[in-house]
Amino acid sequence: MSENGKINAIVATDCGSTTTKAILIKLVDGEYRLIVRGEAPTTVEAPFEDVTRGVLNAIREVEELSGHEILDGEDIIHPNDGMRGVDLYLSTSSAGGGLQMMVAGVVKSMTAESAERAALGAGSIVMDVLASNDGRLPHEQIERIRHLRPDMILLSGGIDGGTITHVVELGQIISAADPKARLGAGYNLPVIYAGNKDAKEEVVKLLENKTSLYQVDNLRPVLERENLGPARDKIHDLFMEHVMAQAPGYSKLMGWTDAPIMPTPGAVGSMIEAIAKRHDIEVLGVDIGGATTDVFSVFQKTFNRTVSANLGMSYSISNVLAEAGIDNVMRWVPFKLPELAVRNRIKNKMIRPTTVPQALDDLKMEQAIAREALRLAFEQHKNFAVSLKGVQQERTISEAFSQSASGETLVNMMDLDLLVGSGGVLSHAPRRQQAAMMLIDGFLPEGVTRLAVDSIFMMPQLGVLAEVHERSATEVFEKDCLIHLGTLVAPVGTGQEGKPCIKFETTLPDGTVVNEDIPFGEMKVYPLGIDETVSVKVTPARGFDAGAGPGKPFESTLTGGVVGLIVDTRGRPFNLPTDESKRVKMLDKWAAAFDAYPSA
Amino acid sequence: MAHAYTPGLRVSEKTVIRKERRLPIKGEVVVAKGDRVTSDSVVARTHLPGNVQLVNVASKLGLPPEDLPSVMQKKDGDPMEKGEPLAITQGFFGFFKSKVLSPCEGTVESISTVTGQVILREPPIPIEIDAYIDGEVVEILPEEGVVVEATGSFIQGIFGVGGEKTGEIAVVVDGPGQPLDASLITEAHKGKIVVGGSHVTWDGLQKAMEVGAAGIVVGGFDDPDLKRLLGKDLGVAITGHEDLATALILTEGFGEMAMAHGTFDLLKSREGRKASINGATQIRAGVIRPEIVIPLEGGAVDVHEGEGSTTGLEIGSLIRGIREPHFGSLGKVTDLPNELQKMESESMVRVLMVEFEDGEQALLPRANVEMIEE
Repeated sequence: MSENGKINAIVATDCGSTTTKAILIKLVDGEYRLIVRGEAPTTVEAPFEDVTRGVLNAIREVEELSGHEILDGEDIIHPNDGMRGVDLYLSTSSAGGGLQMMVAGVVKSMTAESAERAALGAGSIVMDVLASNDGRLPHEQIERIRHLRPDMILLSGGIDGGTITHVVELGQIISAADPKARLGAGYNLPVIYAGNKDAKEEVVKLLENKTSLYQVDNLRPVLERENLGPARDKIHDLFMEHVMAQAPGYSKLMGWTDAPIMPTPGAVGSMIEAIAKRHDIEVLGVDIGGATTDVFSVFQKTFNRTVSANLGMSYSISNVLAEAGIDNVMRWVPFKLPELAVRNRIKNKMIRPTTVPQALDDLKMEQAIAREALRLAFEQHKNFAVSLKGVQQERTISEAFSQSASGETLVNMMDLDLLVGSGGVLSHAPRRQQAAMMLIDGFLPEGVTRLAVDSIFMMPQLGVLAEVHERSATEVFEKDCLIHLGTLVAPVGTGQEGKPCIKFETTLPDGTVVNEDIPFGEMKVYPLGIDETVSVKVTPARGFDAGAGPGKPFESTLTGGVVGLIVDTRGRPFNLPTDESKRVKMLDKWAAAFDAYPSA
Repeated sequence: MAHAYTPGLRVSEKTVIRKERRLPIKGEVVVAKGDRVTSDSVVARTHLPGNVQLVNVASKLGLPPEDLPSVMQKKDGDPMEKGEPLAITQGFFGFFKSKVLSPCEGTVESISTVTGQVILREPPIPIEIDAYIDGEVVEILPEEGVVVEATGSFIQGIFGVGGEKTGEIAVVVDGPGQPLDASLITEAHKGKIVVGGSHVTWDGLQKAMEVGAAGIVVGGFDDPDLKRLLGKDLGVAITGHEDLATALILTEGFGEMAMAHGTFDLLKSREGRKASINGATQIRAGVIRPEIVIPLEGGAVDVHEGEGSTTGLEIGSLIRGIREPHFGSLGKVTDLPNELQKMESESMVRVLMVEFEDGEQALLPRANVEMIEE
């Protein structure tokens, strides 16, 4: 901190698996603003094998771009004296594959699922979920543990006071596997026990000599309630103490930072949670990277995160093709390309993951793949973000007839208020309209939804900053990080192309009166800038629901953005025409409505 | 701006190659520093802990777990044979005894009075590692392995499948642009490393496998054929564990593309020599590329593997385009402007000016070229 105790300048880095990104934040005229961003290749691997090289290079770029001196040789200048130095230095990291965990629980859909939620919430990649009822024989489970070599294992199982046999059996399996840690041969694998408290003694006997065993409160003390906090906090502590400390150069980096290094997805998650809480809204966030895609949501005040470890735009691009199938990818491409050429092109991106699309057709192809990666990651998220399973519910007679059960997805697109996109393909799309279209096609929001992107992919740094200095994180987030794209109105229902769908009435800020009957199958974009609002009246045709119920009109005040006010009458569920020439014509028409690409 | 570098694939005529050969767990090193080894010499060996079998003895005998000690015939650490009784009940006046027999040979690891499980450990599994290349043991990693050094040619591929193989190099095409098809492969290629040109056809690959070729080194291969070969669509580029008799190494990429002249000429000049190849590829943090190592007799040189890979792009650097519309084209850097430039896709990127072999000049994103390192 500076001499007067104020935070005037902050530098924060995010060490990704390929790039280390640094941002400089300064107090300007009483408010915190982003000054510049710099980046450099991450240096965890040979020949450097020291993460701090990449950090120094990224900070040096920030110095050069801003003219603000931060480094004295290889030392970060503390504190800021008005001209040079910073008051806070923080970092997140996903380099070296991030945090990779295995979790175990007795029942796959109950304690094992809660353990998975705790691990994902802490920012880890869950390599496998072991459960007494996962259908594998003990020797297969043992083989799996040995083969995977996780950074850490979270063992849960049983409610407090319940039977201890099954969780002790899981302890025996872990003990028999005699697991070794992924990084560093010289230390024991950390195992966190967060199961039935009555089984602690037995679990300690089994594991204390073979692993570094830690005990925290049961993450599912009773069936009706999860208690994920203690396990999550322990995962964060151990990530620092064990995993990071083993990675090349991290011990040095840990000595530089003013707060513990956080796993990147954990930091993004806490940012999404903070937005939902501050505005009391339902939020969905996505971070689409090169190797993985993370989806975060807050619905009914419950935070969930999923990581699709093999869906991404470079290292994992070929897996998007494998999982989605070539037809699903090609349905978004507005031109013909032989299957052989598509397959070879995607594989070439996989083996040379840092290349960028130079030609326009190449960009369209890449954005088609992104839509499918988003769709698949969101499918996984919907299946995971569910209410607690195994809970007995008290029902009224009418509820009993509606057949709602425990374990239903919490994701309700009609209730969603804000959809935030982050990651290279969204943040760095040449036109923001392209990002809006990818988000709409990938997630298919329903009713009225605001859309935004992370301007330069800095949510990780702001997430860790929020832990120590919330005000600066919030101010920069609102002013410099989040780019509002606009508001989408998308009625649910299907119909025939050209038949009535909704009547849309408003007066735009420039005085233009809009009074349109928009038929089914259209995309419309009206100019409405950032912070501009208009009142609109939406009257859906019979069978369509734009948020107020089927056929019911509503009036609302909607906010604009860099793209504008978007009306999507392509229907939900959404289907593309199967006829090739019609499909291409539609894709071109919708892209033209957005002015998404330069005209040929 | 911060130091940026674009590492390329290495193609070295003569260099010092060091290979670390390490056991997965501690064991015994069976060679000494200074020993000459060949690719198949065993350099270290160990025993992996045996597989584990869990037998719920208590439930098999219908007893509560806490009664287990009274019926067990073996205790922790005891050896046992397959079919030997692990536990026998008292029975009724010595009659109607029930017993549980050991399903495997090994030792008793633990007996639990909480779950009723008995954990049996099968005998250890011996494993050995070989030297992989012909050379000299230059370093002993106590209880873990060795470093083998050789002087020779070293070529990195871009992608491969199949693990470590050795064999003599046989160039079967006339030039780097000629595809490798079945007609070029004969019984004489058994155990050889067959070098093709621009592409290997599916039939060509099949024929090589039929005759028992150790490996194929070629410019390109089609993805649908890779899917046929592996029996699945490869999602993430982590390979090397496939059970293939013939390893496949691509030097350029997917599709049909001429092998770089330098690579082809070097392989041609080493025809008939023994090479060690490894198709293992890992494109993630900690990139592993497939490789061709051709040890040569004779004196050492100064260059070491890994050196030179951090020099940046300069005017005059040789590069290869690695993305459409210039995929596979070779050229020379003529300018490195500092300012970001707008591409046809409207992406703003750092660029370089290149003159291709046919004299065409073009502006390319720096991210879309690869340095050809020599």
